[in-house]
Amino acid sequence: MNAPTEPILDIRGLRTVFRTRGGEITAVNGIDLTVGAGETVALVGESGSGKSVTSLSVMRLLTRNIGSIAAGSIHFRSKDGRSRDLAVLDEQQMRQIRGDDIGMVFQEPMSSLNPVFTIGDQISEPLRVHRNAARKSAMEAAITLLEQVGIPDARRRAGQYPHELSGGMRQRATIAMALACDPTLLIADEPTTALDVTIQAQILDLLLKLQRERGMGVLFVTHNLGVVAEIAHRVAVMYAGRIVEQGPVAEVFRNPRHPYTLGLLASMPKLGEATRLKQDGQKLAAIPGVVPSLANMPGGCAFSPRCRFAIGACQAGVPMLESVDAVHQSRCIRWQEVGQ
Amino acid sequence: MLIALSMLIFLLLRLTPGDPIDAYIDPNIPMSPAQLTELRSQLGLDRPLPVQYLAWLREALSGNLGRSIQRMDQPVLSLVLSRIGPTVLLMGTALAIAIVAGITTGVISAVRRNSPADLSFSVLALVGISSPAFLSALVGLYVFAVRLNWAPSGGMLTPGAAFSVSDLLHHLVLPAALLSIAQAALVMRYMRASMLEVLNQDYVRTARAKGVAEFWVIAKHALRNALLPVVTLIGSTIGLAIGGAIFIESVFNWPGMGLLLVSAVETRDYPVIMGATLIIGGCVIVVNLLTDITYAVIDPRIKVG
Ligand SMILES: Nc1ncnc2c1ncn2[C@@H]1O[C@H](COP(=O)(O)OP(=O)(O)OP(=O)(O)O)[C@@H](O)[C@H]1O
Ligand SMILES: [Mg+2]
Repeated sequence: MNAPTEPILDIRGLRTVFRTRGGEITAVNGIDLTVGAGETVALVGESGSGKSVTSLSVMRLLTRNIGSIAAGSIHFRSKDGRSRDLAVLDEQQMRQIRGDDIGMVFQEPMSSLNPVFTIGDQISEPLRVHRNAARKSAMEAAITLLEQVGIPDARRRAGQYPHELSGGMRQRATIAMALACDPTLLIADEPTTALDVTIQAQILDLLLKLQRERGMGVLFVTHNLGVVAEIAHRVAVMYAGRIVEQGPVAEVFRNPRHPYTLGLLASMPKLGEATRLKQDGQKLAAIPGVVPSLANMPGGCAFSPRCRFAIGACQAGVPMLESVDAVHQSRCIRWQEVGQ
Repeated sequence: MLIALSMLIFLLLRLTPGDPIDAYIDPNIPMSPAQLTELRSQLGLDRPLPVQYLAWLREALSGNLGRSIQRMDQPVLSLVLSRIGPTVLLMGTALAIAIVAGITTGVISAVRRNSPADLSFSVLALVGISSPAFLSALVGLYVFAVRLNWAPSGGMLTPGAAFSVSDLLHHLVLPAALLSIAQAALVMRYMRASMLEVLNQDYVRTARAKGVAEFWVIAKHALRNALLPVVTLIGSTIGLAIGGAIFIESVFNWPGMGLLLVSAVETRDYPVIMGATLIIGGCVIVVNLLTDITYAVIDPRIKVG
């Protein structure tokens, strides 16, 4: 898996904040992340680490009046070759990018489809919005898309409502919807989390196939490292609003340089291992402690309270993202020892 | 359903103090007890109540609701039917005003939550819900008809003038608007709450993620879903609105069922009370049926039939 170099998405120093009743919280704190054309980048991390906020920031779909981008830039190269900073684009221009240059697939296939419109109607909508397609030709295109995402009997399905489809089919339909205008970037926010394991594998295969066929860049949000190994070129590990380690998937898996990544890898069951451990009466290694709340973040390294490598110096300040090598970085002052 | 309603009314009417026979006699002509007894048996009032009811029911089922006692022996059916038109016109207009005003303000309030517009609509709705019908009707009559002289203070048409639609509308607007107040306020509050909930749904975010313009996100994706509970509400308020209509009709002397019913009650015109209630009950049932059908049309998850 060779990652092409030219980035279509280039996030620099992104900081996203939410104004809540308890005060302002920083959900994403200075993220640098790139996605190349045709490259799949996985964003992993525990619940609440800011993965969804990152992807919603790119789409500029944060809850209005509550969430906003406080700092940083999000340069995106649209199909016409122009590179613009999405962080400062006006709503009108942003709308032209959403659904056309960037497609998005959400976690819950049940609730992310509108219950009162037909599948075909919803899939053809981006074409009507962005391509000015007539209702009829847009519907034909929707049927073709449904076939491409592997839905049998597509013509009949197009006339059905979301509640008439199974969860896996619905997720295929939302993928078809995101791909309708042939985007160059697909953002998939935990697209398989809500599905059965067997359906998960099918949807992953489908995404992998579509990504290769279309040469899209994919930002794949997940908390499942097994999924990462299967589909991504590069991986960025998030913890409490920051990226703590990133690099090519094979490199990070073989040679993790952040204690958090190490913990995540250790808590990931290998095939058959979970049952073997159970028989031996052992538990799967879990990271002790809980994710700190964003409202009262510990000073210094946010992971240090849970880290077995932690030393006094970890509290001194937030560690820099240090280079392990040209393509691999870790936000740990002891990354050299972590690797041993 | 209707039969149960008619039984209830029949019973209630007979339980009220007073003797139906009083309605038939002229107090100025003294009658001997023997004459009274004869009149009773002639009218069938000496039979036991259930027998009287069954006699009425048998006739009613064949389309004969009896004759009015007070109004020169007019058949009740034609009397009631002639009053349906004006009442339906009044209530229909009020309903249309309530739906349009309630939905528009509800949506604006939800979309511009906590804005000055939202606050003023919400306060108005609260006032509308809490002011009793008789108060708003009388205040409205006084302010708009008496002081400002914008609209006539009563009737449906100018007496003696040739019929014209504009004359009708001129008479219609004020009572319809006043009648719509409570319903509009209710619809607004439900619409606002329902819209706020829908705007938080994932599919609304999906629509935005497709690049749908915000206006259509609201008007197409959110509105259709947010309308579902409001349709049920509208259906169930129509029954309540009938009470308001009866009142408005008496205040504005609108020649509808309400006016008929009120004068029938005043004069103890039992056959008319029975007939009018029965027809009103029938209308409420039809309206509820229409509500269910509308609901099924906008929500594909519900199968018609
Ligand atoms: N609408 C919001 N209002 C207030 N705070 C929010 C909002 N959305 C997200 N946050 C904050 O941002 C943090 C990160 O949330 P985010 O949804 O990005 O987590 P995640 O990594 O996607 O987790 P998950 O795996 O559960 O999806 C949350 O802990 C929450 O405190
Ligand atoms: Mg998430």
